[in-house]
Amino acid sequence: MQIQEIQDEIVDEFAMFEDWMQRYEYMIELGKSLPLIAEQYKTDDNIIKGCQSKVWVHAELNEDKLVFTADSDAIITKGIIAILIRAFSNQKPADIIEANTDFIDEIGLKEHLSPTRANGLVSMIKQLKLYAVAYQTQLN
Amino acid sequence: MFDVKKIREDFPILKREVNGKPLVYFDNAATSQTPQQVIDVIVDYYQNYNANIHRGVHALSQEATDKYEQARIKIQTHFNAAKAHEIIFTSGTTHSINIVANGFSSLIKKGDEIIVSAMEHHSNIVPWQMLCERTGAILKVIPMNQDGELLMNVYAELLSENTKLVFCNHISNALGTINPIEEIIEKAHAVGAAVLIDGAQAAPHVVADMQALDVDFYTVSAHKVCGPTGAGMLYGKEEWLNKLPPYQGGGEMIAEVTFEKTTYAPLPHKFEAGTPNICGGIAFGAALDYMNAIGFDNIAAYEHELLEYGTEKLLEIDGLKIYGTAANKTSVISFNLEGAHPYDIGSIVDKLGIAVRTGHHCAQPIMDFFKIPGTIRASFSFYNTKEEIDVLVAGVKRAKNMLL
Repeated sequence: MQIQEIQDEIVDEFAMFEDWMQRYEYMIELGKSLPLIAEQYKTDDNIIKGCQSKVWVHAELNEDKLVFTADSDAIITKGIIAILIRAFSNQKPADIIEANTDFIDEIGLKEHLSPTRANGLVSMIKQLKLYAVAYQTQLN
Repeated sequence: MFDVKKIREDFPILKREVNGKPLVYFDNAATSQTPQQVIDVIVDYYQNYNANIHRGVHALSQEATDKYEQARIKIQTHFNAAKAHEIIFTSGTTHSINIVANGFSSLIKKGDEIIVSAMEHHSNIVPWQMLCERTGAILKVIPMNQDGELLMNVYAELLSENTKLVFCNHISNALGTINPIEEIIEKAHAVGAAVLIDGAQAAPHVVADMQALDVDFYTVSAHKVCGPTGAGMLYGKEEWLNKLPPYQGGGEMIAEVTFEKTTYAPLPHKFEAGTPNICGGIAFGAALDYMNAIGFDNIAAYEHELLEYGTEKLLEIDGLKIYGTAANKTSVISFNLEGAHPYDIGSIVDKLGIAVRTGHHCAQPIMDFFKIPGTIRASFSFYNTKEEIDVLVAGVKRAKNMLL
């Protein structure tokens, strides 16, 4: 699936819930299914700066597609990364670079997070895109 | 007669809803809410006598000056300072501490020692580290035990004739511990060291008597005692304030200015450069009036009841651990749930309308001591109720079910 299609799917899913407690419950479930980063990559170098809870992200190429794995010490944070990874993982670096991230606003994620967490979310997206830029250069 | 229902009527914000739920405000250690009586004073200032102080000859300026100076006297009386000019208006505790830390730069030399406690807020660590970097002085730390109590025997050993300054909070913001400041001050004075007590967390709960304590410096933020943000005080003994150089240069703090030399204004103006937060200072005084009308003894007794009730109810939750179990503490409960990150709990209870603080509470050394990323901190004020504590307990239980 294309990034845009996945994003639309996520927006639809979030619209089904009545309130934010339900959305949190859903994010916690997503967090539990996050493709976990291998222990060897849980290094300080892979910590995303700007997050209040610890977040590690690792990226590697599988043929021409970029695969992300991640982890966090907080489960709602894991849920947030799981949403991002679902949208961006297993995609071509060029598509990740091009992708818009309006779906974050559409599901209301940013405004329902504390300011520190919202900043962390922005840092996460930035980091995923940075990885894509790095691997795109490698592919070229 | 202490009537919490009646008191709650004074606080308009307590009537609002958050996320569709009635607000339960348990972040009082970060900032207290403002009663209508204080809001009225703020409005009255801007509606009726907003003017710059200490300089105009016109009526409004005189009125504002009078009110501002009356507020200083209210604060002096409340803290029982010997002289009104020992009360310096500041923007809050951080500003107050920086005035002293900066001032001591010129009095401290290489090899001198400064002692701080292990449970300080960052605002009472960083200025002293900066002072040590500038001067070559050595920073020593009074350690604490697992209950969050200072090891006073180690403190006694740290003190020597090299000790020039001791800094400690009266009450810990992260743990609620009430520190034995009388003993800290007495022992420091015995070796000739000056003492600064950070009273930011103490001022809402107890009345500190400057003369009885014989403390050299004491700092308070107005917004912790039902006053506005951006206002506070530095109490300093006259002899110390005369010794310290001014912190900022500018208007108001000078006696005479020529390009050859400027002479400084007498206390307190020497430390009050520029146009101050006039309204904030006046409202600070009004906030103390408000709290004194309720009575600090009543406040302390009621808050202790809330602390005991909250502690008991929270501990009924399996896997909940409280950090800060000192015998002598205020109505602050810092806790974690085994297996859950404090941010997750905080985010979920926020959606239930409950305001708690999550994180390291600007006291990372304490979190390092307990080897935790942070805690959830519920801090109760005299306008909170046991019913609200029940809402918190139910919220934490719900978060636990969702997360674990």
